[in-house]
Amino acid sequence: MATAAAASHHNPGKKGSSDSGIVPPVLKVYDPPKELEREPLVLNNRSLGWITDSIAGICENPMPKWWWPVFVLSAGGMMLMFSLVAYLISTGVGVWGLNQPADWAWDITNFVFWIGIGHAGTLISAVLFLLRQKWRTSINRAAEAMTLFAVACAGIFPVVHTGRVWFALYPGFLFPVPNANAIWPQFRSPLLWDVFAVSTYGTVSLLFWYVGLIPDLATLRDRAKTLIRKFAYGLFSLGWTNSNRHWSNYEKAYLIFAGLSTPLVLSVHSIVSFDFAVSQVPGWHTTIFPPYFVAGAIFSGFGMVLTLLIPMRSLFGLEDIITKRHIELMCKVILATGSIVGYAYGMEFFIAWYGGSPYELYAFKNRAFGPYAWAYWSMITCNVISPHLFWSRKLRTWPLFVWFVSIVVNIGMWFERFVIIVTSLHRDYLPSSWGYFTPSWVDVFTFVGSFGLFMTLFLLFIRFLPAIAISEVKAVTPQADPHHPLGGAKGHH
Amino acid sequence: MSNSSSRPHGLLAEFETPAAVMDAAILCRDAGFSKWDVYTPFPIHGMDEAMGLRKSPVGWFTFAGGCTGFFTGMTMIWFMNKFDYPLVVGGKPLFTPLFAFPVSYEMTILLGAFGTLFGMLFLNRLPRLHNPLLKVERFKRASNDRFFICIEAADSKYASEATRQFLAETCHATAVEYVEE
Repeated sequence: MATAAAASHHNPGKKGSSDSGIVPPVLKVYDPPKELEREPLVLNNRSLGWITDSIAGICENPMPKWWWPVFVLSAGGMMLMFSLVAYLISTGVGVWGLNQPADWAWDITNFVFWIGIGHAGTLISAVLFLLRQKWRTSINRAAEAMTLFAVACAGIFPVVHTGRVWFALYPGFLFPVPNANAIWPQFRSPLLWDVFAVSTYGTVSLLFWYVGLIPDLATLRDRAKTLIRKFAYGLFSLGWTNSNRHWSNYEKAYLIFAGLSTPLVLSVHSIVSFDFAVSQVPGWHTTIFPPYFVAGAIFSGFGMVLTLLIPMRSLFGLEDIITKRHIELMCKVILATGSIVGYAYGMEFFIAWYGGSPYELYAFKNRAFGPYAWAYWSMITCNVISPHLFWSRKLRTWPLFVWFVSIVVNIGMWFERFVIIVTSLHRDYLPSSWGYFTPSWVDVFTFVGSFGLFMTLFLLFIRFLPAIAISEVKAVTPQADPHHPLGGAKGHH
Repeated sequence: MSNSSSRPHGLLAEFETPAAVMDAAILCRDAGFSKWDVYTPFPIHGMDEAMGLRKSPVGWFTFAGGCTGFFTGMTMIWFMNKFDYPLVVGGKPLFTPLFAFPVSYEMTILLGAFGTLFGMLFLNRLPRLHNPLLKVERFKRASNDRFFICIEAADSKYASEATRQFLAETCHATAVEYVEE
């Protein structure tokens, strides 16, 4: 336990070894060398009260001036998207650029793109929690929120791509209810697994996020000045009192949520990849897809986390909580997952050749040198080359540069999904059914508008909810540790 | 402040550091109080042992939820694709646990998560719309930067003056306050 570890750390000389001839009365303890010292997670020895004030203050004070124009722009994008979705539903999927054989294109590309972005939030909140990566506390709340909003954006595309959405919803093939002929959906199809995976993912992410929010909502309730705030935060904090008997169950529940979300996040993008891998289409029918999709999802998700948090930390003056060390560590995750993605690109080509299937080999040659070569090489530039810039510590700790690369990563990951989907479809087995996909203006602006929806939700989140997990950040500071001098520990141990 | 017509809820003691409240919690545990609690803005490592709490049973709710989810998934798919309307698709079997697994797996996690959340809330008796402590001005800092212990008047060992002295002098609380129901 930490108690024993902390005590023995300060008292290393008490139990000398007795088997050697000379028993030293006191062991000499050297301080660790400077370069091994870790930067603290919260800089400048900020007090607990400062942490509360600076995080809760964001959603209590009026929003800064930049917030309104950005919000209006985002809300405009959101309205544009909803208008185009209404246009699509009222007219038909013909308003998109889809054709035969490319009957999946931007719609499913956007779906996989957004779902992938969501993965970073769960990875940060669940996997890094199980791995005891304490730095996650500064970024997990915003990343989880980002996950929810990305899943919301993702969910729209597979629903509207069916065209007659009322058939998809009820009595539908997306839900386990029988259709007009009393036929049930058939569960041998990965498309239906996908419905369950994504809806479970959205729901569990929401619950996990809400569980994490309860203590912070109680903080906002205790600080609330207006009646509406007192009521709203009071209602949603469920009467939380920070009781240790409650914390005990809460922490167990939090640990279990992390344990449930970890296999969930790995399964979701695996199942998304089954949408392709279980089919017979050359370029899709590969066993590398599940791990490759998961790595790509984490890669793009961390890209989006950095895209959002680097401006947020400087606009709200949170540099002491989201430090350069946090940015650097996220860059390392991008480097690791980006290398896995690059490896997967290479391995796909190797297997296409080694597998000996002429169709498979053709699909890959066509990907790199066919009519979509421009998309393929954009993807390679963004995803294979850009993460390797992060081998340099100087570049990893240069926020503006990292922000730029994070956008490049997201562009690259959008292209990856486009390349996988469209280049595999546009060359069918028979040359008579070959085609080329060009997006229509509705395709383009629906996708652009989905960023509006995403940003609108994120800006509202910053406005009304604590964007950083207040109680969790406090818990990783030295003043929260009863065995640390800053936590009130007496000198004797 | 104390009004003879209102019932006492208990005594609230304030501490400034995690170490101070931890030491006080050990004293309260050893004094044999049963209806008392520690209030801290974040969970303090080792406080469960200091209070003498048992391990949280939330995991059983997760287990129940997860099992329900898995068997609901399997049964649902068997009912729909094999029992109620058997329809051969692609020459595949009408039901095997293999193709039913991904959906059942997701259902396991989904209901396991609901079990965890509602189990945690049930064990904590939340949501609770009224709590006398939340009326105390001083207690607002329990969610900010102060640490509290409350010994309830319902405790069999509670004796208002002796307990106040115990908290103030033995436990070295920086402030002790009576809380009314």
